[in-house]
Amino acid sequence: MKIHEYQAKEIFKKYGLPVPNDVLCHSVEEVEKAMAKKEGMVVVKAQVLVGGRGKAGGVKLAKTKQEALDAASQILGMDIKGLTVEKILLADAVDIEKEFYVGLINDRNTKSVTLMASAEGGVEIEEVAKNTPELIHKFPIDPLTGLLDFQAREIGMQLFGDVKLARKAADMLQKLYTLFVETDATIAEINPLVLTPDKKIWAIDGKMNFDDNALYRQPEIEAMREADEDELKEIDAHEKGLSYVKLDGNIGCMVNGAGLAMATMDMIKLYGGEPANFLDIGGSSNPQKVVDAMNILISDKNVNAVMINIFGGITRCDDVARGLIEALDTIKSDMPIVVRLSGTNADEGLALLKDKGLPTVQTMSEAAQKAIELSRVQES
Amino acid sequence: MSILVNKNTKLLVQGITGRDGQFHAGRMKAYGTNIVAGTSPGKGGQEVDGIPVFDTAAEAVKKTGANTSIIFVPAAFAADAILEASYAGIELVIAISEGVPIQDMIRVNSIIKRNGTKLIGPNCPGLITPDEALIGILPGMIFKKGNIGLISRSGTLTYEVVNMLTMNEMGQSTVVGIGGDPVAGLYYIDLLEMYENDPETEAVVLIGEIGGDAEEQAAEYIAKHMTKPVVSFIAGQTAPPGKRMGHAGAIISSGSGTAEEKIKAFAKANVPVAKEPSEIPGLLKEKLAKANA
Repeated sequence: MKIHEYQAKEIFKKYGLPVPNDVLCHSVEEVEKAMAKKEGMVVVKAQVLVGGRGKAGGVKLAKTKQEALDAASQILGMDIKGLTVEKILLADAVDIEKEFYVGLINDRNTKSVTLMASAEGGVEIEEVAKNTPELIHKFPIDPLTGLLDFQAREIGMQLFGDVKLARKAADMLQKLYTLFVETDATIAEINPLVLTPDKKIWAIDGKMNFDDNALYRQPEIEAMREADEDELKEIDAHEKGLSYVKLDGNIGCMVNGAGLAMATMDMIKLYGGEPANFLDIGGSSNPQKVVDAMNILISDKNVNAVMINIFGGITRCDDVARGLIEALDTIKSDMPIVVRLSGTNADEGLALLKDKGLPTVQTMSEAAQKAIELSRVQES
Repeated sequence: MSILVNKNTKLLVQGITGRDGQFHAGRMKAYGTNIVAGTSPGKGGQEVDGIPVFDTAAEAVKKTGANTSIIFVPAAFAADAILEASYAGIELVIAISEGVPIQDMIRVNSIIKRNGTKLIGPNCPGLITPDEALIGILPGMIFKKGNIGLISRSGTLTYEVVNMLTMNEMGQSTVVGIGGDPVAGLYYIDLLEMYENDPETEAVVLIGEIGGDAEEQAAEYIAKHMTKPVVSFIAGQTAPPGKRMGHAGAIISSGSGTAEEKIKAFAKANVPVAKEPSEIPGLLKEKLAKANA
């Protein structure tokens, strides 16, 4: 789960990280009100759940109240990578002597929370990561000890080369680690971490993502969720025991198992079609799941054919076939469907479906080709 | 031989009185797996399908000599169950539970490493050495004893491939589902090393998917250390970036973890990558013919 910069900064503040004063605004009027109380320069920042805001013109420095109002009216309503800006953050500007990068992730290889830090922070960090990865230092943290004082100081020294600043930075790094673990984050990033000419350190941008599997114990994080239309559909599917991700193609897929569902999408593409979605219905033959899954596929206006791909393991194919028949009788849609069943009792299952007049095949490649053919007939 | 499990495995089922635990304990037993005990706090003294139930893993190990355990408890309690098994002296733990928080698995992996316990999963289908031991939720009837090892991050995709192998008279030594989570126990390289040292395994199928760079590391390992042929398949070539494809670990983040990079890495390591699962038996035959020539 992703959250906005302003939400990440709320968490930072709660854990005592130094964040410049800011105000969240939804309209130019709110900006006007907020600016009445402010002195000095502000940064007007679009709050959208994608990266690359700055390059898209969603971040502007304003020296006067009028400039802030102008920036706000330009940025509110702006489209950034397909998302409309509905909120902006007015943050007090700070003088920048140097920009740093610090971030925490869960590293799969070391099976640890890993701190990444670089003295080359700022908007080009991805370029730094790609071209000069040696400039980003990585420190795996032992989960049983956490980030120890001396370790945090050492990293601080590597970044700032000054004991006093290193101590300040160490305190911030330890706070960042604590909040990362306590909120079940998957990313906690400060970029840039800024050093001012008067030797103060500020977190002037923040990014956080969270572990979906841990949201059950993070009600405060869950309450921060802002889902767009596609995500709402995905969440709704999840509540029904389905795993769904919408894509842009026209061939709907319904599959049991995540790996097989991905392989099914790939197969459709391999034979020249475009998959409309990822959809894993899990392992049971429960007709209700098939009904829910079909309803999701039908509600996608791009879908004009459906490929159902089931490998019967413990759940036998004849049971799956009975479930499918019951579900399709309930739905009464005229969506063209091809069903592929394989595995335990496949022949019995296929025979049941044939009696119902459903096109059935035994291999994935045949199913993909048939689904593409059905979709093309619909288009012509 | 085989790897990790065989007919000498003495299995403990943690969470045996739950719906899934009870169902799969029955199936594993019917397959011939030697299940010696189950646990369920507060239900010690009962029996499930003739299997004695204990309150704690420590007691179960002491009374029955269990050396391997399988975990069916809900995700929120999975980490504790793994640790309980580890401290009870279990050598190999298989965690089936889906939805375990990443921070829990980071802590668990660090502790069990110290204890010397091996872990498979979580969020995995388990493993099988055909005709000897089925430990997990895999459908036993599609497997056949033989000489192909198989490692996979997925469940049904594994069954799909195994079914094709079996239909092509290519039996399996041990098949391991390592699970779809980002932070898991034993991974490709650990298992490749075991297969390389297992006299019964002649070739290995590696089924990967998007997310992380474990496949790239495996490719490097294969190029350097494997003498046995390896064939692979990667799922998720059409997956969009930034979206979790069912498995928590199957996500392309900041442009890394794509199928394309993994396929490239395998090509470089001289590991054929099947375009679709049905190509795997043919690719294996070719590789084996070359290896035996």
